[in-house]
This record gives sequence, C-alpha cells and structure tokens, in this order.
Amino acid sequence: MQPLRITAFTATCAAGSGRAELLRALESGKSGLRPNDFGREPLTTFVGRVAGVEDAPLPPQFSAYECRNNRLAWLGLQRDGFFEAVAAARRRYGAERVALVLGTSTSSIGATEEAYTRLTPEGEFPEDLRYQAVHTPHSTGEFLQRALALNNVAVTVATACSSSAKAFAQGTRLLELGIADAAVVGGVDSLCGSVLFGFNSLALVSPEPCRPFDAARSGISIGEAAAFALLERDGSGPRLLGYGESSDAHHMSTPHPSGRGARLALSEALARGGLEAGHIDYVNLHGTASLKNDEIEAQAIADMFPASTHASSTKGWTGHTLGAAGALEAVVTLLSLESGLMPGNLNSRQLDSACGPQVRLASARGKVRHALSNSFGFGGSNCVLLFAAQ
Amino acid sequence: MKGLLASPARLFINGVALWAPRLPGWEQARRILSGQQPAPHTPAPRPAPELLPPTERRRAPDTVSIALEAALGACKLAQLPPASLPCVFSSMHGDLAITDYMCATMASTPALVSPTRFHNSVHNAAAGYWTIAAECTRPYTALSAGDFSFGAGLLEACVQALTGRENILLVAYDIDARGPLAPVARSKHLLAAALIVSPLRGAQALAHFDLEVSAGAGFEASRARPENAELVAGNSTESCLPLMEALALGGAHELLCLATPTLGLAMKLQSL
Repeated sequence: MQPLRITAFTATCAAGSGRAELLRALESGKSGLRPNDFGREPLTTFVGRVAGVEDAPLPPQFSAYECRNNRLAWLGLQRDGFFEAVAAARRRYGAERVALVLGTSTSSIGATEEAYTRLTPEGEFPEDLRYQAVHTPHSTGEFLQRALALNNVAVTVATACSSSAKAFAQGTRLLELGIADAAVVGGVDSLCGSVLFGFNSLALVSPEPCRPFDAARSGISIGEAAAFALLERDGSGPRLLGYGESSDAHHMSTPHPSGRGARLALSEALARGGLEAGHIDYVNLHGTASLKNDEIEAQAIADMFPASTHASSTKGWTGHTLGAAGALEAVVTLLSLESGLMPGNLNSRQLDSACGPQVRLASARGKVRHALSNSFGFGGSNCVLLFAAQ
Repeated sequence: MKGLLASPARLFINGVALWAPRLPGWEQARRILSGQQPAPHTPAPRPAPELLPPTERRRAPDTVSIALEAALGACKLAQLPPASLPCVFSSMHGDLAITDYMCATMASTPALVSPTRFHNSVHNAAAGYWTIAAECTRPYTALSAGDFSFGAGLLEACVQALTGRENILLVAYDIDARGPLAPVARSKHLLAAALIVSPLRGAQALAHFDLEVSAGAGFEASRARPENAELVAGNSTESCLPLMEALALGGAHELLCLATPTLGLAMKLQSL
C-alpha cells in the first residue's frame, strides 16, 4: 500500500498522560498498575486506572455526553497538541475531508450501568441519564466528531480488543479511496463493571499485576486509555506501512490453538508493507498475560521471526486497555521508533518455555526502523499494524 | 455540494437478504415490498440459523440468530461460499437483551455474571459467530454509528469492495430494547439485512449502483412506502428499507442513505 504519515499522535493511560510521561515510564520501568479501587465492591485485582477522570467534567456544551469514557476521550485529546493538530488539518483540508474512526469496546456502557443502579421507583432511568447519547456504542465516536468539528465519515469500530488497531486500517482505506484527506483514528476504553466482572467470570483476571509471557502468569490486569493518531498522505512523522486483518474462525473467547488468525494477520501486514520478518526490529505483542494468548502468540513469533527481533508486551505498564489497546500500543510502538527504546516485559520474572529468543524480559536500546503492533480480540478478530521510522 | 469521491463509483449488488418477523426471508420480502403479496399477519418466529450447530441454534442471542440468517441468505442467493467473504457487521446497539442483562446484573450481583453472556455481550458477537460457523478466516469488522449505522456499514462495505476489488458481505441488524433501557434506546422488533457488494459483476447480480458520497446539511434520506416502512418501524436498522424496497421493485431508482447526519450516500440504482 501507499505508506501514510502519522503527523500527530498521543496517548493517555495509567502509565502516563501524554507521550513524554509514557516514554519516561517505559524507560524507568514504572508500572501504572495499582490495586483495584474501582466501583462499589472492587474485585481483588490490579487495574490501570487513569487518575483525575472523575474531576474533569466535559465542557458544558457537551454535557449530554457526560460519562467516564467521553471524559477520558476529552482528556486524551488535550495532550501533545493533538486537538490543535486536528484543527490545523481541518483548516487545511476542510471539515468534510477529515474522517474519524474510533475503536472502543466499552464505549459509554459505564453510564448505562450507573443508570441501572439508580432506577426510579417506577423502574426508569434517573432523569440525568435519560439521554440516548450515552446509551449507545457510538457515544464516544459521536462526541469526538462534535468535539473536533469534523464532517466526513464518523464511525465506531467495536471488535473487542482489536477495535482501535482496526480503526487505523479503516482510516487508511478512506484515504486510499480518496473519500478523506486525513483521518483521526484512535481508541478509548474505560473501566466499568461489565469488563472487570465479565473477564473475572471467565477466570481471566489476575489477582496480581499482570506478568506477560511469564511462566507463572495468572491472567490480565484491566486498564483504560485514550490514544489517537492523525493519518495523512504527506507531512512529517513516522509512517504507517501496512496492516493485516484476519479472523480466527475458532471460538468466541479462546484463540485458535495454532494461532492461525494471528499468523495470517502478521503475514498480511508484512506483505502489504513489502517487508519480511527479518526487517522487523521490534514487535509490540498483544501479550495479555492470559495463559492461552501468550502461549499461542509466543509460538507464532518464535516460528515467524528471527532471533534479532525484539518482542514484548507493554501491558505490565498499562494493563489491558481492551478496545483502546490497539491505538495505545500503536503509540508505544511509535515511541519506540522515535526513541530507540524497545521495552521488555515489565513484572515478568521467568519467561514461558513457549517463548523464543525474540521475547525479552529486559528493555533494550537500538536502531528501530520497522516495528509491528499486534492486537487480537474476542470473537477471533485480529489486526496487526506495521510502522516505520520517519 | 461537492462529491468526496473523484467520480461516482460503480458497484454491483451480487446478493441480498432480509429478515424481520413480517418480512421473513428475501423471497417473501421481495413480493411483500413490491406489493405482490400482503405481509403476514402473524409474525414469523425467530429463525434458527442452519450454519450453527443444532445445540446452539436455540441458545443463540437474537442478534446472532437474525444476523446469521441474513448473512447466509445473501451468500446462497449470490452462490458464493461464506468462507470466502470479508464482512462488515453493523448495528446501532448490538444485543440489547444482553446489555439489559449485563447492566441489571452489575446493579445486583456482579460477581455472578454469566461468562457466556459476557462474551456474547461484545459488539462483534454476531460477526464472531458468523466467521466461526462459516469457517471464514477473512477479516470482519463490527461497526456502530447511531441511527446511521446501516449507512455507515454500507459505506465501509463499499470502501472495502472498491479498495480490495472483491465481494464484501454487509450484515446490518438491530433488535428490540428490553428492560429499563427500552424507553431510552427505543429500538423495536427484530431486523437484519444483508448485501454482497463488489465492483465486479457476480453471476447472480441483482443490480448495480453508482455511488456518490457528499458532506453537507439538509439531506433528506429516501423513505420506503408507508405500508412497507410500517413493517419495521422503530427498529434502529430501519434505514435499510428504502434500498431493500428498490431491489424488490426492480427498475431504476435514485436513493439517498445517510452515513452520519451530514454525510449522504447518493445511489443511482439500476436493476439487472
């Protein structure tokens, strides 16, 4: 495909608010995970919770969109000059030439959960939560389109944990076809009861901070994040060289045993970018620290990549931010391309025997020219993004 | 209003399907929507998608049941193997019955939430079940765009078809809202529509259309005949009906479908 420029990008997550803080945390090995204090009866686990979301209401003109997810989206837009970069693109191309593709899995469901805890005696939603704007999966997409004053495609991708990686692929196609000249792509997911208790019901939540690829790993730590990128055909910044998408066609909540879908997506991303596995310096792995994902992903990486490729999951810093993970880890990958830092697997002590030499405990520094970011989701939806340094 | 594409793009509709309780399957729907046959007074029971294993047919959520029925119907009509098609699933709400269950459980006994219902609560559940049942390893996506979810799904299917130069399966669906969420989410009935679009003419092509995409204000979306619109009124995917009606009637039609409140998809449709 014709490479695209990433002319602006940003992330806000438990490990840092904005690129500089996030990079500092990655460099210093400081995890953003903390004992879970979310909700009325917090599960015993660790979470990647973004501080200060509760104290940051939306501007009054957007009050119909009030909910944790949209607040996190708004916070995220303010970092790294992203809001201004989108405004500049809007002036350059026109609002009708800038698309918005937002990946999320939780969207605003936290607001719907809250409404159910505060039903009126007649069994209705409380007055302040009767707006449809926060009880539909497109809530955050619609809010962002209004907040950024864009007037092209505005759509929500909700394919669980691959959502916001797929937003990059969808945005790329809009530029390729010429419907848009720029695309705001990204992901926003926030802590809520459904995901904490839901993943717990599947016995996937760890009681300790997650340890990706550790032989003794015990499950995921759930996190929240807002991460965005601005895609354009020209300009300066790192490049998006390719994407690969596939379906496992196996099971709703368990990956294909041989990693069929993951391998297909990896191969397609490389093919679309005209590169081979040997060109890849760093792979940001999906690495949720669930037993199955890490085993299968490690085997796929061991089979497909040379020992020189450095691979790691950064979920020990951020937690698994679900629908935002694709965009957040795309930003981590872009930071790696910029800084030469290839993170290790934070919190992990001894690697699983399924890991090849690619998966590293410790961080390293080097020239990072080409890097991949893996996102694999429930329902067997896989997406891999391929980036190159400026 | 200036078009966003350099020139209108031609696409073929190589397959179609529709399922609603009073439009149960494309063959009947085609006759009903074209006025050749009255709609049944008794709503049809929920379909049992044949691609699912018998034990799962009854247990499947409503969204999965109707989406898979429509998806398979379109593949059969197009005579295309389901495993071969990348797909775009689009729904404003996803499974509102499961949303009601999840939120009610979070408010009462969150620690007792059902793991199956949780993994069925993801917006891409229907797409996931479809690719599993169809043994399809091609990519799928699952979209939502509020009241404009059908149009947004149609646009993404067209974009994928045009950039990949191949058949793309679009499946759009919504169901009725349940519980305390019902007055707010407002969707009614069951409705699923499927289309297979491609820039290449398929052996069973029903129509082609020239697509123009434009941004602006004051769009007025096409409407179906009142007697047809009434059959699915209130469903969050009802905006599929004008296109379905045009395909049922045959001939030439000019349609406007919205992908956002201010993004119009103008289609000059010609039946084949």
